[in-house]
Amino acid sequence: MTLLLLFNITNGLIVGAFYVLMALGLSLILNLSNVINFAHGGFLVIGGYIAYALSPYVGFWGALLLAPPLTAIIGLAVERVLIRPLYGRDPLYSLLLTFGLAFMIEDGTRFIFGPQGKPVAIPPFLAQPLSNELFFITGYRLFMVAMVFVAISLLFLLLRYTRLGIRIRAGTLDLETVAALGINVRMLRSLNFAVGIFLAGLSGVLAAGQLGLEPTMGTGLLMPSFIAIIVGGIGSLPGTLAGGLLIGVASGVTAVFFPAASEAVIYVMMAVILLIRPRGLFGEEGMMT
Amino acid sequence: MSPEQFRKLIVLVAIWAALLFAPYWMAPLGGYTALATRVLVLGLAAMSLNFLLGFTGVLSFGHAAWFGLGAYGAGFTLKYLALSTPLAVVAGMLLGGLCGAILGLLLVRRRGVYFAMVTIAFGQVFYYIAFQWSSVTGGDDGLRGFARQPIDFGAFRFDILTNANAFYYFVLLCFALAVGAMGFILRSPFGRTMIAIRENERRARFLGIPIERHIWISFTLSCFFMGIAGALYALTNNFADPRGLHYSQSGDFVMMAVMGGMRSFWGPLLGAAVFVVLQDYLSSVTVNWMSFVGLLFVLVVLFFPRGLLGFFQRSKA
Repeated sequence: MTLLLLFNITNGLIVGAFYVLMALGLSLILNLSNVINFAHGGFLVIGGYIAYALSPYVGFWGALLLAPPLTAIIGLAVERVLIRPLYGRDPLYSLLLTFGLAFMIEDGTRFIFGPQGKPVAIPPFLAQPLSNELFFITGYRLFMVAMVFVAISLLFLLLRYTRLGIRIRAGTLDLETVAALGINVRMLRSLNFAVGIFLAGLSGVLAAGQLGLEPTMGTGLLMPSFIAIIVGGIGSLPGTLAGGLLIGVASGVTAVFFPAASEAVIYVMMAVILLIRPRGLFGEEGMMT
Repeated sequence: MSPEQFRKLIVLVAIWAALLFAPYWMAPLGGYTALATRVLVLGLAAMSLNFLLGFTGVLSFGHAAWFGLGAYGAGFTLKYLALSTPLAVVAGMLLGGLCGAILGLLLVRRRGVYFAMVTIAFGQVFYYIAFQWSSVTGGDDGLRGFARQPIDFGAFRFDILTNANAFYYFVLLCFALAVGAMGFILRSPFGRTMIAIRENERRARFLGIPIERHIWISFTLSCFFMGIAGALYALTNNFADPRGLHYSQSGDFVMMAVMGGMRSFWGPLLGAAVFVVLQDYLSSVTVNWMSFVGLLFVLVVLFFPRGLLGFFQRSKA
């Protein structure tokens, strides 16, 4: 029983780490540009398939290194051509546009790579379980969690200490003042978008190694990421981090006792949290309105 | 009568005449009555959503939930409670509307994108319930085993089950009642207040209008109308399934409203007609219809943000 519980908590943490990586990217874009990026799951899929296409030539490590920046470049192009004209308009329009884009990406990958799942080979030493007792902790899973941890740490360092990060945080609070101080807001939004998409691409590569690739895999991760943001508090990145891990573990633990509800539980959590603390766990007063 | 009023009257008469004779003029154009029924039902859904989106300025991206609940409400009624079609429509309306009213209380304080996000997430709650609770809802396979019932007036019988045209007119009657109610509300002082909130929420608040309460009422009314549309949808297909509650369905409704023209009363109906016919056509000619629907979204947002009616009105002005 303890082992089963431990197994599911570990699972929950790993799934939660994915939610966090997705949700942080979404949250960055939402906070600065007021865009709900429905295509975020699509960019995850793009990242995964780029890794799949590259790995025969450059190996897993090369793909891990190359796929996220390539995804970010595609994201940059999409932002430039499609999303930039919509800033300053009703947020409804960017929502609809990315919604359509998500359709196109899903269908496009299915058209190019086929509907069947594609495996991405991982280095053999990562595929081994660490011990017979804890069979479920493979090297790859530890590696994934470590990568997510590194990525998140780098993101927070970037936001805390670099000029770009400070500008992004300032822009989140008051974009008009930031623009008035002579900062190129268009550039800022583009770079911020690219950082968000980079994270989506990274989660795509990591997920590909664990689960294999399917054109629909991004859609499944999108809704939990939304909930991670809402639970953690809209406007707060640490909140998103906590929210993602929390719902991951909660659905992992529920899977032990009541498997059918493992997905429903995250929605129940969201409802309860919104009832007792409408702005989310770490949300600041006034950010929700 | 001023020329402006006269023009409006002509348009109104034209719309109702087109709807009234749809089964007769659609067939020669290559359509079929069932397609007209679908347009009417989805058009009602899009107009219900637009009641909130276009006239109160509140973006709900989870309205498929109330649509789907309406469908299940009608299905449950016919399957377990009573073999009565009107009762099924009322039950669907109540299920969708009441659930919307309760959740609306949780939602009204949010605005803009945050409102959209929370409505998406709550809409998915109902999707998961319908999907997982298969002993009651039939799960992924959907709710089957019910059929709309002929309406008995004693002296004569209106057979909406087997006669497609009769069913179309039944749907048109429900549509007319719902749309009439919507128009009546929008003309009332309450409707004017909704528009005031859309135009400038802060100013409306300073005038002493209880914004949250008005948005809640508007949201709830919109959910009731959505419930009717959902119930009619279940009757059309004799079937209700979880995909009707999914957020991608909500996206389709928002698209219909935007494509037709959010700022006009009849725009969403036009949007629904274009959307339904286009989807029907695309899915028959290509397996990649999803890409084309996605492309349609992108193109409409970039080039026709005011929708078809908005585009025509502006180019005329």
